[in-house]
Formats: sequence, C-alpha cells, structure tokens
Amino acid sequence: MLHKLVRETLLFCVLVLLPFSTTLAGETASPSMLSDTCLGCHGPGGISDGPATPTISGMSEIYIIAAMLAYKYDNDEDKVEAIIEADPELEDVEFFARTSTVMDRIAKGYSEAEIKILAKHFASLPFQAAEQEVNKKQAKTGAEIHELHCEKCHENGGSSAEDDAGVLAGQWIPYLEYTMADFASGDREMPKKMRKQMKDAHAAFGDGSVADLIQFYASQK
Amino acid sequence: MSKLTRRNFLKGTGSTFALGSVGFGFPHIAGAAKKKVVVIGAGVGGTIAAKYIAKADSSIEVTIVEAKPHHHTCFMSNEVIGGDRDISTIKFGYDKLASHGIHVVQDKAVMIDPVAHKVKTANGTTLGYDRLIMSPGIGLRWEAIEGYDEVAAETMPHAWIAGSQTALLRKQIESMDDGGLVLLAPPGNPFRCPPGPYERAAQIAHYLKHHKPKSKILILDAKDKFSKQGLFTQGWKKVYGDMIEWVPGADTGGGVKAVDVKAMKVSTDFDDHKVSVANIIPPQKAAQIAHDADLTDDSGWCPVDLGTFESKRHKGIHIIGDAGIISGLPKSGYAASTEAKVCASAVVHSLHEKEPGINSYANACYSIIAPDYGISVVAVYKLAEDRSKINKVGGGLTPSDATPEALRREVHYAYSWFKNMTAEMFG
Repeated sequence: MLHKLVRETLLFCVLVLLPFSTTLAGETASPSMLSDTCLGCHGPGGISDGPATPTISGMSEIYIIAAMLAYKYDNDEDKVEAIIEADPELEDVEFFARTSTVMDRIAKGYSEAEIKILAKHFASLPFQAAEQEVNKKQAKTGAEIHELHCEKCHENGGSSAEDDAGVLAGQWIPYLEYTMADFASGDREMPKKMRKQMKDAHAAFGDGSVADLIQFYASQK
Repeated sequence: MSKLTRRNFLKGTGSTFALGSVGFGFPHIAGAAKKKVVVIGAGVGGTIAAKYIAKADSSIEVTIVEAKPHHHTCFMSNEVIGGDRDISTIKFGYDKLASHGIHVVQDKAVMIDPVAHKVKTANGTTLGYDRLIMSPGIGLRWEAIEGYDEVAAETMPHAWIAGSQTALLRKQIESMDDGGLVLLAPPGNPFRCPPGPYERAAQIAHYLKHHKPKSKILILDAKDKFSKQGLFTQGWKKVYGDMIEWVPGADTGGGVKAVDVKAMKVSTDFDDHKVSVANIIPPQKAAQIAHDADLTDDSGWCPVDLGTFESKRHKGIHIIGDAGIISGLPKSGYAASTEAKVCASAVVHSLHEKEPGINSYANACYSIIAPDYGISVVAVYKLAEDRSKINKVGGGLTPSDATPEALRREVHYAYSWFKNMTAEMFG
C-alpha cells in the first residue's frame, strides 16, 4: 500500500510537476511564446501573406537551424562548425554561408537552445502555398528543368522538407528571386551539387532557366 | 486575486491541475462560469491580444469594445501622404474577428470600474470582466503648443492618428504651390512611432521631388536626436539632396511653441515661419480613457508590470501598446503586437491560476525613404530579472553601407511586414 502510494506520488512528480517546474525554472520561453514574435513578419501560423517574406512553417528543422546559425554568427564557418560538432542533435546540420537584410540582426537575439526550439516548432506546423499569379509557359519549362536538375535534392517538386533542403514549392516569387539572385552573386553559398546542376541547367535551357524554375516553384500548390 | 508565486502554486496543485496543460492549448475551465475578457481598443494591441486569447482557450469569452467602425493603420500612412498608396489600402474592418469567436461591440468605452470589474459604454451597455485589457492608444496634448487645438488641427494637421487627418495632410501637400515650404514639427520623447516623422519627411519629399521640385521641407524638432538618425540623414541626402532640412531642438529652443493658423505662421522661441503646409505633431499622452480610469501616473502614461502588462495602479487591468510605460520597448506597432502576445499569455495563465512562463519580445520597424530605399531597426528582448526593464538581447539597424539591392529589398520586406501584421490583427 505504502509502496503504491510512493510509486504514484513519484509518477505524479515525474508526469505532472517535472514538466511544469521545468517550464518555470528553465531558461527558455515556450515554443509558442518564442515563435509568436516571428509572426508579425512571417505571417499568422508562420504562413506568409507575402509579397516577399517566406513562409517558414513546414520547413525542415535542420534547414532552419542551419540558416539561423549562419545568420547569428555572420557566416563564420569555424564557429558554426564548432557548435554543430559540440551538439549531437545538430549532427545533420550543414553550414552554408547566406546573406540577409534583417535576419542576421534578429538571429543574434536567440541562443542555440532557442533556435532549436523555434526550428522544431515551425517544422511541426503545416506549410501552405502562396496564392499568386504565375507565367504558365515559364512554369512548364521550369518543371522540366526541375525534374532533370533539382528533384534529386528538392524532392516532390521542391515541396518536401524531408530532404532538409529549402521548401521552394509555393513560396512567394520575390523571395525565390532574391534567393536565386544571392546564389548567382555568390552572396549565398551553393552546395557543390547544386552549383553543377545550375550550370548544366543553364547550358541546356539558357538564360531564362532560373526565371522558369522560379515560376514553376511558385505555381506549385 | 493575490499574485500566485511558484511556491504557492506548487502547494496548491492537488487535483485541479490537468496534465499537458502547460503553454497554449489550455483545457477549458470546467465547472466555473465562463471567464470573461474585455478588450478596449481594436488597434494592433487590442486585436492581437483578443485573437491570441481566443486561440489559446476558446472557452474564454472575449469582447472587444471599439468606438470606430473601422481602423486606419498608422503604419504605411506616410505612403498615403506621399501619394504612393491609396488610403483605402490602410483601412480595415473587424468582420473577421467574429470567426475567431470574438465579440466586437462597436461603442465607446466611457467608464471603467476597477473594483466591480465593469466597463460602461456610451450607449449604456455594461460589460463585466475577469480581466480587462486596454490598448487605447494615444491622446494628444492640445495644451502644449500655443494656438494648437482640435480646430487648429483642421488647418495644420497632425496626421498622427490615421484616418481623416492623413487624408487632409495628403490633400494639402497635393494642392500646395511649387516652391512652397512644408514644415514638420516632431514632439519630444516619448511619442508614438519614433521614426515616423522622419519617414514622413522622406515620403513628402518623394512627392515634391517629382511634382513640385522647388519646394522645401523644414523639420523643426523638439529633440536633439532621433530614431535611425544616421540612416535617415544619409537617405535624405542621397535621394532628395538638400530638399529636407532638419533643425535640432538646441537650435529651435525645444521645438515649435506656437502656431497661428489664420496667418499660416509657425513659431519657435527664436523664429517665425510662414508656411504652405504645417504638420504639427504635438506631444502625447495615454488616451483619455486611461486617464479617466486612473491608470496613468504624472507622466501621462500608464505604469505596468513589464512581464504581464498588468496595471501598477489597478489589479485585473492590463495596458498594452502606445499608452503604456514599457521601459525598453519603443512605442511601435510591432512592439504593441509583441506586448499583446505576452499579455494574452499572462491573462490566460492567470485565468487558469497558473504562473506564466518566460517571456520573449521583439520589434521590427521599417521606414520607407523612397520606393527602392527601405531601412529598418529590429530587436529581440527579454525581461530583466528584477522586471524593471525589457532588455535588448540582439538586433540592430540596417548597416550604413547596405547595398542598393539590400535597401530595395527592405521596402518589399516592409510591405510583407504590413501584410502579415494586418493579417495578425484583422485576418
């Protein structure tokens, strides 16, 4: 009888008090408290109303962490690599330099622990494609380019988060344009495979290949 | 209700505590009468606080009391004054709030009884509340500048509460002669939207440059420095040359002291200026209802606890947005949104008799100098341990060496900010 009581009390402590006291005494805010501050720019539920800010809900957790760490540490590869190495949970995170207008400033306000909470939270929310006008002809060519050069990493027409690449399908056109312009200028680092595929796509489909790809991704629902 | 400390709470956990109820997704409050939250004001703070409470616990009855039939956002109103944006694009209705389970009472709150927990409206409705959230915005200090009152504002608009005043200033800029003088008189701190007057100068210059290029803009400031000053000064010069002249408080004797609307004359302690258009932005205070309800201190603003935004003068009443004394956060739209979210969490926790978790606050504020030239200040904040201040833990300004492409993108991010903020409020 006594044992049962002890066991139940312990169970109560573990199930009820522990999570609660962790919330009280822990150093980080709850996922909703942390993520709510992002929504004025990224949209209700992390779904952007556009025209330029990306939808971040439904993105890969790993991808968000990689982006936030690059922003936070101003693309200091050694620093980011050291952080990745020290944390087994970040094993799959890969460093790529990237540019931004405001996110590099904002990311500095969050600790690694908070970045992980934010990433997990937004990754758990559903993605919703933007409603926007697209050029159907370009989108059709873009679909071909995607199939040949991009689908291997950006799975399911660029809609998958499972591949830990960015979710491209259904993002706003200006956002996709900025991203591709940054890759082209070198402000954002392309993975080796991507560099090769982009070069091949350009050789096969010409100067309009990037614009066609953008229209294809924007057309995805 | 006495303040819950962690110890008191843990002592009293017992059987009422439900599993998995920490954070959002509260179980409904069972057995008790429906909890009631009344929100006064349907601007940034009011709409977002109401929506986030309704989202966290649909069993809480949320009612917004708002006098105006629709809302004109202050943000982007400078683009209306500059002519790049139609005023209809900053006008929003409250019809979608009902789909979140929020009642909107279109009426003016005229009396608050903090002891009986009641709000009375102009039409005679009485609303009881468990928690009252006030996001009433600003009131203008008509007595501060000699000759400047509500009637004078019909000749020399303030355009600091968006709507008809915005349209009036736009009309005056449009009908003035080329070669005229536009005078802007920004107030001393604190006031709503610290970078607003300086963005406005740029937006007016944007119009004048293309339509009345011989005109000048003179800013007679009450202050010696202002928000994003380096970036504005740089942008003004780059885009508009010498069209905008800013005179600091030290050289104006502390800003505009008197106006004569008949003579279209604006005076400081040192000079008189004959003007074509005068935009007088008077010193401010919390909106009148906050004064009537005894929620303000000698400063004219509302002292609050920075973790819950509960009034330091009356329990059960929370004040968010521009009316509050929120040490560390600017009087900006985004700050109001973040205060609303933190306040919503605090109110829901308190109605569940729980201690709220750790808070997070942010600010993101864009200014549009020209159609391809945007600048911003952003910040992430945490509450100081002694709750005396909300401390910045990261953020900063647009770098002064930002590329033209980055400045161009900031404009489009500003438009995204506008779309997403208004979706948070009215969507």
